[in-house]
Amino acid sequence: MIGQDVLQAIAHWAGLGPDEMEAVSLSLTVAFWAALTSLPFAILTAYALARWRFAGRGLLNGLVHLPLILPPVVTGYLLLILLGPQAPVGAALGKFGIVFAFRWTGAALAAGIMGFPLMVRAIRLSIETVDRRTEEAASALGASPLAVFFRVTLPLALPGVLAGVILAFAKALGEFGATITFVSNIPGETRTLPSAIYAFLQVPGGESAALRLVAVSVILAMGALALSEYLARRMKQGGL
Amino acid sequence: MIMSLDVAFSHRFAEFSLDMAFDVPEGITVMFGPSGSGKSTALRVISGLMRPDAGHVALGERALFDSATKTFLPPHKRSIGTIFQDARLFPHLTVRQNLNFGRRYAKTQLSKRDETQIIDMLGIGHLLTRRPEGLSGGEAQRVSIGRTLMAQPEMILADEPLSALDPARKGEILPYFERLRDHARVPILYVTHNPLELARLANRVVVLGQGQVLGQGRAADVLSDPALSPAVGSGALIEARVQTCHPDGLAELAVGSERLFVPSEGMDLHVGQGLRLRIPPHDVMISRHRPEGFSALNIVEGRVCGLRDMNFASVMVCLETGAGRILAQVTRRSLAALDLKDGTPCFAVIKTVAIAHDNLGFSSVQAGH
Repeated sequence: MIGQDVLQAIAHWAGLGPDEMEAVSLSLTVAFWAALTSLPFAILTAYALARWRFAGRGLLNGLVHLPLILPPVVTGYLLLILLGPQAPVGAALGKFGIVFAFRWTGAALAAGIMGFPLMVRAIRLSIETVDRRTEEAASALGASPLAVFFRVTLPLALPGVLAGVILAFAKALGEFGATITFVSNIPGETRTLPSAIYAFLQVPGGESAALRLVAVSVILAMGALALSEYLARRMKQGGL
Repeated sequence: MIMSLDVAFSHRFAEFSLDMAFDVPEGITVMFGPSGSGKSTALRVISGLMRPDAGHVALGERALFDSATKTFLPPHKRSIGTIFQDARLFPHLTVRQNLNFGRRYAKTQLSKRDETQIIDMLGIGHLLTRRPEGLSGGEAQRVSIGRTLMAQPEMILADEPLSALDPARKGEILPYFERLRDHARVPILYVTHNPLELARLANRVVVLGQGQVLGQGRAADVLSDPALSPAVGSGALIEARVQTCHPDGLAELAVGSERLFVPSEGMDLHVGQGLRLRIPPHDVMISRHRPEGFSALNIVEGRVCGLRDMNFASVMVCLETGAGRILAQVTRRSLAALDLKDGTPCFAVIKTVAIAHDNLGFSSVQAGH
């Protein structure tokens, strides 16, 4: 998915073996899908928290923030209880061919949930800065609430949306506790970067491979940070 | 089709209650009142941002709100365009995109000719590719007027559209509203607490105070009503026509059966042109006999048609003259000395300088419109 050439170049530069390459590639895939699929839910949740006054708003806010506060292992275990092969929800979904436990999709789900609070926070703050009077002006021109959202609110909140996506992506790359609890550490399926580093550290002579992956992690993290800074600056100039 | 907005509603807030009824026909109706008089509540009710306890709002045949039938149209279905005090342009869109924002929601397609006409009238053709952040206050407000017009609303609300601008910018925008008044075939409700804007723009006036309608009617009638004048503070409004432009810098105006002189310097006046004059009550003196050997040029004959206490020291006198109704503010002492009563014949002396450039508004409406 992310340019194979680029991965090959990184692999060559860092001297990564096929196992290590696999972990990097899987991590990027998992993080990409985690960030992408949680985005619509995060936007909806952020909008609801920023703009709507409803019963249970405090509860929703607490639920969203839970993964940030709970030990990741607990989150992973809760997912396992809920979506494991024997669990009712997991079994029901399994009938439709949707399986999360011990699959890379489960890794993406765990990573998405762990990054969700960060994404919601960034988007919510951005929506709160959008002037409601500008939205009023749009509705006075005939735009329905949905049109106001897509033509005014969302474009004006775009910096926060991008920041949220990048934060969640970076968080997903590094997610370990929930992932390993929920989907274990299966090479090629659920062995993401952190799991691979952990695994290498468990075997004698694995330090050099672990160190190479640490270097890749640092590069990816810095890259994500640089990208978000760049986008923020572009947007401040009104260029995007 | 003649469109008219019909409003009647009552609403109780915790410490304030409103009960008002008024209508807004085509042309500009100025809603005038101090802050706290209920202007903004009335606007919110009309635009659909607020649902009052009881009453109705109808635009032509269309019910926008009716507590009896539980009708309530949300703002975007009312086809009421609002021009705000702050232009509220969309910062992420160019001027052209701002102008086009509401077009897709309009009931009829805006013709290319109308589009060009709006852009030309507002003089914003050179701004189309710019973004709102680079515009001056006056430019932004012109774009926001254009944005509202291009959405082709069936009614326009203008919520103190000039009050955020400095005097020079105000002078820049006022003429656009005058053109709107004379050419747009929709009711315009224009909210202001500036007597100058009121005198220049209003076809009709609704005066609000403490949640009630204190008075409403044709601008000339409301402004010369001594009972309403203290609330408005504008002075009488007179429609005049340029008769002669004299070489000594004075223009001679025909007003009813009278002639008035105003300085024409700096104004591009031509014979036959319609003008609006505002005559502040404190610039009018009253004399029982025709004054002679007096420097004031504008002396009109009339009779007292009403008296109204202003404050401890002064009284508002309404005069029926050949130039229409004029209000004069005089002290109680003068009132007693002149023995002014209802029907007393007298002369109103209007200081020429009182009809200053600022108080002149261009008007293409026939006098008595």
